[in-house]
Formats: sequence, C-alpha cells, structure tokens
Amino acid sequence: MTELPKARIATASLAGCFGCHMAMLDIDERLIELMTLVEFDRSPLTDIKTFTRRCDIGIIEGGCCNEENVHVLQDFRKNCDVLIGIGQCAIMGGLPAMRNAIMHSDEPLRECLEEAFINGRYIRNTTHNIPNDPALPLLLDEVYACAEVVEMDYNIPGCAPTGDVIFETLSKLLAGKFRGFERETIRFD
Amino acid sequence: MSDFTFTIDGTEITAKEGQTIMDAADDAGIYVPRLCDHEGLRHQGGCRVCTVKADGRSVSACTQPAAPGLTVENETPHINKLRRDLVEMLFHEGNHLCPICEASGNCELQAMAYRLDMTAPTKFPYLEPCRPVDASHPDIALDTNRCISCGRCIRASQDVDGKGVFGYVGRGIHRHVAANGEDLSHTDAEVTDFAISSEVCPVGCIIRKRIGFATPIGEREFDKGLIGHKISAKRDD
Ligand code: SF4
Ligand code: SF4
Ligand code: SF4
Ligand code: FES
Repeated sequence: MTELPKARIATASLAGCFGCHMAMLDIDERLIELMTLVEFDRSPLTDIKTFTRRCDIGIIEGGCCNEENVHVLQDFRKNCDVLIGIGQCAIMGGLPAMRNAIMHSDEPLRECLEEAFINGRYIRNTTHNIPNDPALPLLLDEVYACAEVVEMDYNIPGCAPTGDVIFETLSKLLAGKFRGFERETIRFD
Repeated sequence: MSDFTFTIDGTEITAKEGQTIMDAADDAGIYVPRLCDHEGLRHQGGCRVCTVKADGRSVSACTQPAAPGLTVENETPHINKLRRDLVEMLFHEGNHLCPICEASGNCELQAMAYRLDMTAPTKFPYLEPCRPVDASHPDIALDTNRCISCGRCIRASQDVDGKGVFGYVGRGIHRHVAANGEDLSHTDAEVTDFAISSEVCPVGCIIRKRIGFATPIGEREFDKGLIGHKISAKRDD
C-alpha cells in the first residue's frame, strides 16, 4: 500500500502577537499524530520565508496593519488551496484594530504614532521622531481583517483558540469532515 | 380567563393570563434568546433578538402576549439566522474588542454570538464610531464603545433605584445612552445601585472599578454553558 501524500501547510503571522502560533504548539503530543498527516512549507515554525511549492492549507494569524501584511496575505491566497484565519486578529482585526476607532481621532493612525513615539508619558525617544526608515513597511490607514483583503475559507475564533479547538478543526478539515464548530467551544477570548 | 395552552416549536405549553410569549416560555423551560429584556425590569421590545414567528408573523416574544392556540416558532434555522444578523450588526455598530474587554465571558452579547454560531467575519462594514469613556466616578466607569443601547440601565435606575441616572439622547443611528448629568460623577449613581450591578448591563459598558479581572477569563459565566442553559435546564429537570 502506498502512503497518502502528506498535506502541505504554510503559516504566517501578520498583525498578531504570535499567540496563535504558540497556541498551535498547545496541541502538545498530538502534534506527533498531526505530523503523520501534514508537512510544513513556509512558516515561522520552519523559518522558510517563501513558498517552495503550492500548499494545501494556509493558516493566517493576525490581520493587515501594513503593506507587507497585505502582500503576504495575497501570496498565501495565491499559493494555498484552503486559507484559514486563526484568532480574532485575523477574523476581525483584534487588538491592533484598537487604533481604528478607540483613539478618538479623525486621524487615528497619526494620533497612534504620536502617542507611541512622541507624546506618551513613558516614552524615552530622544529624537522625537516617528520612525520612517524606508526599510519599514508602510502602515495602512487602518487595521483590516483578513476577509476584507482576500477571501478566507475558514476561521478559527479565539484569542488565542485553544490547542484542542485547533487540533479538532485541523483534523476534521484534513479528513474532509469539518462541519462547523460546536457552539459550546466558540470563544472570542 | 384562566390558564390556556399554545405551542412553541410543536411543544404544548401552558400560559397564564397576561403572560408574554417569553414569560410563558421561561416558565416552561424553553429559552427564547434576548438582550434588552431582563427579569425584574419592564419590557422594552427594542433589540428584537427575541423575534419569533407567532402564527407566521414576526413578533418580539418579550412584548407579545401569549394567546390560546397560538403556534410559535422559536428555534428554527431561519429565525436564528435573523437573530444572528441582528447580533452581528450590534458588533459592527459599536467597538467590540472582546480580547481586551473585561466583560468577556460574562457578556450576554458575546454569549449570544456563541449561541447563534457567529464565527465568521461578516459582510457588514464596521462603523467604528468614536465613543467616549467616562471614568469620572470614583467607583464606576462607562465604556460606551460597548453599549448596545438596550436601555436596561435606564429602566433599572428609574424603576428599581428610583433615580434616573441614565437616559437616551439623540435619534436614529445617533441614539445612545448617556448619564443624566455632565458626567457620571455629576449624577447620584452609586456602585450599590441595582442599575450598576453586574446583572443589569449585558455588555462591558458599565464597569465597577477595581474588580475587573477578579474571575479569570475561562472561568466566567458563559464558560460554564451556553446563554440560556439555566432556563432550558428547568425543562430537563
Ligand atoms: S488572536 Fe489573540 S493570540 Fe492570536 S494573534 Fe491576535 S492577540 Fe495574539
Ligand atoms: S461588551 Fe461583550 S461583545 Fe463587546 S467587547 Fe466586551 S465581551 Fe465583547
Ligand atoms: S450601558 Fe449597558 S445596560 Fe445601559 S443601555 Fe448600554 S448596554 Fe444597555
Ligand atoms: S428581548 Fe425582546 S426585543 Fe429585546
């Protein structure tokens, strides 16, 4: 009997805190079980930076707060058959989206940067400049949820989702048996 | 008129004269989702999350009187889809960042989203309004980013506390709840008021200071079960 080819997974952390990637490791010893079914392509977990070939599943943590996030997300959409958003940041912007409205300003991005680099009470920024090195990706006017940029196929809610929910969802997707979440397991925190 | 019967999703239940569909359903252990209605407060009929079909017509169960022989549909995919749309719109109308909200896990809006399967991003645009935080009161804060204008605090303050700390201002999409004074510290609000108690505000708008994360995330009210499970449990007994 020939072995089934493994599903190839790529992951990326966009405007997120990396907590959702850490949560994937909360799958614990079941990772061994999962690794019999999948292999990783580009991902911070493998440190591969670009797609080596087309992938079956792309997993995205975080929404889009800068230009580079948008490019990476579009690249994932192009190179993955199924795209999964993981965590509230990917689904609705999450914590970074605080800057969209909570800053109470007509120019929330400017106010956010001024608070972070110039006016904040606990800042030691001797140059009093907002960083603008050309190597830094350009910030977007707002933080966007992934689904506002490309089409997303599935979303795993939570901040971060538990290892159990991630494992269950991935296992069911790989088996072609995912039919949505048990309502009792849905969390936004 | 004495007790009479009607059906909800095919189950025959008994109602008393003067009961709303929701009152009778509660007594029978059938949960009808709700946000603006709260036990002990006068009905308002504002949020429409309690929408049911009564003899085919959409009505709010919290205000519609039960009637003999009425056929009520409650838990159908169609109605739950309508309810989910309403709940989604509430998320889009305010600024709901659950991961940083101290009400997370105790919040009825969030719990309703869980119950109604709101897991995917929605097609509605986020309005992202600029709304004030009022932390003027020594014991109470108001984060109106999360207010859903349910009016529960208004009714609780007026009818139970006999005060009138809160009221509606503005019209249409601009209508919102505000403190009846320059800010909350210029009202006679006290942390011991019923209106300020944890059961009145369904979301994380009315905040009692210094107790925020006493119960950790993951061990809160709706981590123990879906919203409404206490009412449905009556039926299983
Ligand atoms: S959803 Fe939460 S855990 Fe995941 S990246 Fe965002 S902030 Fe971090
Ligand atoms: S009030 Fe409820 S829905 Fe809004 S952010 Fe807080 S927990 Fe989430
Ligand atoms: S403050 Fe709370 S109780 Fe009052 S209207 Fe807003 S959400 Fe309802
Ligand atoms: S609970 Fe009936 S309209 Fe809000």
